[in-house]
Amino acid sequence: MDLTLKIWRQANAQAKGKMVDYKVSNISPDSSFFEMLDILNQQIIEKGDDPVAFDHDCREGICGTCSLYINGRPHGPESGITTCQLHMRRFKDGDTIFVEPWRAKAFPIIKDLIVNRGAFDEIIQAGGYVSIGTGGTPDANAIPIPKYDSDKAMDAAACIGCGACVATCKNASAMLFVAAKVSQFAYLPQGKVEAKRRVQAMVAKMDELGFGNCSNTYACEQECPKEISVSNIAKMNREFLSAKLCGQTQE
Amino acid sequence: MSNSIVHYASITKKITMSIIGLFLAIFLLIHLSINLLLLSSDGGKSFAAAADFMGTNIFIQIFEKVLFLAFILHILLGIFLWWYNQSARPIKYVKPNVSTTSSGSKFMIHTGVIVFIFLILHFLNFYLVKIGVVNVPEGAASQHDFYTMAQMLFGNVFYSVVYIISFIALGIHLNHAIQSGFQSLGLEHSKYTNFIKGLSTVYAILIVIGFSIIPIYFLIAA
Ligand code: FES
Repeated sequence: MDLTLKIWRQANAQAKGKMVDYKVSNISPDSSFFEMLDILNQQIIEKGDDPVAFDHDCREGICGTCSLYINGRPHGPESGITTCQLHMRRFKDGDTIFVEPWRAKAFPIIKDLIVNRGAFDEIIQAGGYVSIGTGGTPDANAIPIPKYDSDKAMDAAACIGCGACVATCKNASAMLFVAAKVSQFAYLPQGKVEAKRRVQAMVAKMDELGFGNCSNTYACEQECPKEISVSNIAKMNREFLSAKLCGQTQE
Repeated sequence: MSNSIVHYASITKKITMSIIGLFLAIFLLIHLSINLLLLSSDGGKSFAAAADFMGTNIFIQIFEKVLFLAFILHILLGIFLWWYNQSARPIKYVKPNVSTTSSGSKFMIHTGVIVFIFLILHFLNFYLVKIGVVNVPEGAASQHDFYTMAQMLFGNVFYSVVYIISFIALGIHLNHAIQSGFQSLGLEHSKYTNFIKGLSTVYAILIVIGFSIIPIYFLIAA
């Protein structure tokens, strides 16, 4: 396959970036998108230029590090996968492919296609944990949990924090991420203890960091590589409302 | 700039927006049911009686003030949220987003603005006439003769077209808004998701058709 790539290049956080055109040829349809970028980078290095910087780690869809906005969609044209799982067979010979970094005020660019997603860490630090000493491994059935609740909690816990929800949201809202993190605890008895404090603290942090407001467009659900449902957002709204109406006040 | 209109959390604003929005949606149904009386063949008698009741009943008078406030809040909050959300992505994508979204959700501010412009027009033609700020149009018996005023306005093709376009915009707005309001309030369950989405669409269509048949009826009659 011969392709034209239009890639966002930006030397550092302060520099002014721009789209730069590249050509790659003889790309196998069976290679992954990242393998194609590796080939491109090899070409660039051989010319003595600076290779394109992009985030990746596991390359098997589990770590949430990869983050490319390809042809107007985070993680590219296929649903339910991360960028590292995208293969070139999804494109046609002669295609022009736009590759951009996640765009959001809360995710500043570090270099080229790499953005700083530290904002997500800050949200987790605000309350995305259970602060009780668990001691040794407890008996699995000591606390019975309804199947429905454990399924919902597990589904929410599938979030890998890649930020595709923010990247695709027209408001750059982090609601799906925060909702997944709030729900995974709120469905389980261990998490319920601190549920009211948690939801308020995490939402306050999310707001403080400059993410936009959710307007229920649901693009996040479409683009989430782990297919986290927007029903988690409704769950978080319920949690938030009940915390505000009859919860303890935030310390 | 912190995400707070006087320090309210994003979800508080979202919930406020949806409560007001759903309240306005209920009001629309009441308004529609009265407007449909314009179609009865009694020369506007039943419509005049309903309008008279709405204009004199004390509860309705109080409701009117609440409604007015609700509109203002909904519009101001809508504009604020739109502005704030724009600022959450200062640098836009080169390739515009192509993700599938809830229909109409991308155009809430646009359809909202169209409806707002229509509301101003509506105020000039009716409410301000009723409270005596704008003169009673020639041909109408009094400032409460809404039947004649409606007849005259809808007799004008241009006005009727503007009216219908405004309601189509409102329909697009509502199609997203109703189910979105339920979601914001956390009233969601996988069992009912499709029902609520369907309800939203049916409601939106009902409003568009319900309001639009009135100018069409008057145009044909004229
Ligand atoms: S690199 Fe780990 S999910 Fe893509």
